[in-house]
Amino acid sequence: MSTISSAGAGPSSGTGLPAAPNLRKKSRPGEAVIRGILMASALLSVAITVGIIFALVRPVIDFFRDVPVGDFFATEGTHAVLPLVAGTAMTTVIALLVAVPLGLGAAMYLSEYASQRARKYLKPTVELLAGVPSVVYGFFALTFVTPTLLQDILSLKVGFTNALAAGLVLGVMIIPTVASLSEDALSAVPQAMRQGSMAMGANRMQTTLRVVLPAALSGVAAAIVLGMSRAVGETMIVTLASGSLKNLSADPREGMQTMTGFIATTAGGENAVGSSSYNELFAVGMLLFVLTFIINVISIALVRRFRQAY
Amino acid sequence: MSVATTTAREVTRTVSSGRSKDKNVGSLVFLGALWFSLFFGVMVLLVLIVDTAIKGSPRFDSELLSNYGSIVRPESTGFRAGILGSLWLMLFTALFAVPLGIAAALYLEEFADKERWWNRLIEVNLQNLAAVPAIVYGLLAVAVMALMGFNTTGIVLGGAIALALLILPVIIITTREAVRAVPQDIRQGSLALGATVWQTTWRQTLPSAIPGIATGTILGLSRAIGEAAPLVVVGLAGSVLFDPTGVMSEITALPMQIYSLTSNSQEDLRTAASAAIIVLLIMILGLNALAIFIRNKFQKTW
Amino acid sequence: MSSHPATASTRNADHREISMMAGTHAESERELPSVPPEPVMEALKLNVYYGDFHAVHDVNLSFGKHEITALIGPSGCGKSTVLRCLNRMNDLVSGARVEGEVTYHGQNIYGRNVDPIAVRTQIGMVFQKPNPFPKSIYDNIAYGPRVTGMKVDNMDDLVEEALQGAALWDEVKDKLKQSAYGLSGGQQQRLCIARTIATKPDVILMDEPCSALDPIATSRIEDLMLQMRDDYTIIIVTHNMQQAARVSDRTAFFTARPDETTGNRTGLLVEFDQTSHIFANPTDKRTEDYISGRFG
Repeated sequence: MSTISSAGAGPSSGTGLPAAPNLRKKSRPGEAVIRGILMASALLSVAITVGIIFALVRPVIDFFRDVPVGDFFATEGTHAVLPLVAGTAMTTVIALLVAVPLGLGAAMYLSEYASQRARKYLKPTVELLAGVPSVVYGFFALTFVTPTLLQDILSLKVGFTNALAAGLVLGVMIIPTVASLSEDALSAVPQAMRQGSMAMGANRMQTTLRVVLPAALSGVAAAIVLGMSRAVGETMIVTLASGSLKNLSADPREGMQTMTGFIATTAGGENAVGSSSYNELFAVGMLLFVLTFIINVISIALVRRFRQAY
Repeated sequence: MSVATTTAREVTRTVSSGRSKDKNVGSLVFLGALWFSLFFGVMVLLVLIVDTAIKGSPRFDSELLSNYGSIVRPESTGFRAGILGSLWLMLFTALFAVPLGIAAALYLEEFADKERWWNRLIEVNLQNLAAVPAIVYGLLAVAVMALMGFNTTGIVLGGAIALALLILPVIIITTREAVRAVPQDIRQGSLALGATVWQTTWRQTLPSAIPGIATGTILGLSRAIGEAAPLVVVGLAGSVLFDPTGVMSEITALPMQIYSLTSNSQEDLRTAASAAIIVLLIMILGLNALAIFIRNKFQKTW
Repeated sequence: MSSHPATASTRNADHREISMMAGTHAESERELPSVPPEPVMEALKLNVYYGDFHAVHDVNLSFGKHEITALIGPSGCGKSTVLRCLNRMNDLVSGARVEGEVTYHGQNIYGRNVDPIAVRTQIGMVFQKPNPFPKSIYDNIAYGPRVTGMKVDNMDDLVEEALQGAALWDEVKDKLKQSAYGLSGGQQQRLCIARTIATKPDVILMDEPCSALDPIATSRIEDLMLQMRDDYTIIIVTHNMQQAARVSDRTAFFTARPDETTGNRTGLLVEFDQTSHIFANPTDKRTEDYISGRFG
């Protein structure tokens, strides 16, 4: 039975109601147009990703026409990128050494010890740290951490710019990233697990460290990986505090340029469009994008895993 | 008193004190470490603010706000151009990012069939975009500007495009959360009356979600206003000596001015940079306070 | 599985005889023919799936004009799912699939050319939890006519009429511009009924409309339903058997049958008859057990 013409259909009705109201599809052009606009806006996010890749690919191809790939992935030379990668790795590792224990500690407190009320106020407090502009952190690293904290108080022989100060401040900056996602992961662990542990006579610390933390491990890992992505991509702190000289070194007391620092410094200078130093900007940018992309994908996959677990 | 009663008492005491086992040394040290983790960041922030305020205190004057930058007279250099530039950037960033972000979020929450692969792709892509380094958005904005045929760098348009791209994922994500918080009951009630999906979205969901969206947007803008990295790439100057007049004006921004002064060795200029940081922090704090105010005042609890 | 649809009509025939023999039994209010003479809506071999889950199996029902039909049964028996199929609200559940037909004045509302929005303007719905919009009382009522583009000469009159129709006018006439959230739960539910009336529907579906209300508010809604019966066809899902007995003309009893392998419960229709017969002398053992409180 499909549609029946309204004339013959339906029982004859005594009360004057229309026998068979018209249920036919109406065209609603406005609705379709709006839906299209909204969908286009959502698709724009994909276009941005594609755009990033395209924006980077063209100059990168030009760059590798001028400069052999071997000169780019080299430890020495004007176009060598490996010292930059090493600088990024150095500052990132220092940052994670700061942010992982502190962020995780804060997350454990918020999730396992703080009352509902306390959490409501403490969480935004921790997240305040993420609201400070990175240029401010950079200034702080350059004018306080290096001269006052490292040189005067700790009497370390560090340079005016050094990876240590940059890494430490970078670490403080990503504490909220690590703490926030870790707290979500810890809170998602079912209460029954905690009760089970407590019932067997474990105290809160043992429950937190041996039951809750392992159960939330993939979520915590995602938090750390995301923090790492932030540290790799952060620019102003490292540009200001870690210096603008390529330096392949294992000594964090020395200044060493990072990938982001290189992009900022080079872009800030005068480079003719199409010159190989201009194109190198995009080559390093591409490498940075690919690296953070891989890190992000890992983080997203980890988050998905812990979401599935509970 | 019998032995049995005594033992029972002991047991009762241990049980009733409840946390007795949380009071051993290891537990206390652990708790202390957690407290330290929680407040370490706050301590750093306090040190940062106090140190910067002290360094900048000689320059808390009206010239800081009203003068243009000057290397010739560093003792009275000002951030007029940066503050105005930042405000212009915010305006156009919001104009670009807010409508787009809200539209995308509404599509994903209210229209998209989550089973479809392209909607899942958008989903994953957004998560990824939220974590793309800010400086990469600068490179993208440069490419977009070149594509549109602009060859002057460092103008309002370029900076606003970079910042809009940067905060778009933030706005989309917070809008989606705000929209999701509107109960399903309301949508069903509206649809059951014969409203279309868009009518329901426009007349029910969106108005109820506006406080949440406003909060998210302001927080996104407060992130954008402090951002310098993409602006460096877009070619914003460290200092300009005129006020912005339009989207094609060459400008600087407050964080850009701070950045360019930080690496300067003149003491007076660094003092001015410290003072400017306090101004920037106050602007950001103001935006955050506004966001919290809107959330507390208008947010519905369902 | 004695409730197979093929047997339903024969059973109805049996009932007709019983009802003739029973004569005046329990029929103090209304004399009803044993099958709805003018079915406004019918469900024919209705099956509903959520993904792989078979939620409702082969339901055949017909809903008489200006009658109140109650759908009862234990929880998980699919009665709400069936109700939501009647105005295509199930479309909004992702993964939901409907097979079979639901006809409204002879047209299959799941037909290819049918507009679900047009269906919903004819077949309104009142939900379990009162869900007024976060707007004024007046705007809650005016919302439906506005969005559906109804031609309204005087909105004030329409609002008054709808509120009168839901027996709410006297309580709210002085505060029409105030938020609907200031009303009590019972008032909110009557507001939702008024809101539905305002779009001038033909059929009103009610999904456990009193389950969130206290007994006094419940009895007001029940009185209201009996008044509204003269103008509308009402289909109500309820878990309250007394309520079904008090208000409905006909009752459909559903039950849930667990799948042998997965344990998922599929809802099916056991018995559909005049309410007086269902409650006085049900034919199916399961109905009797449920009604006498031995199960469910």
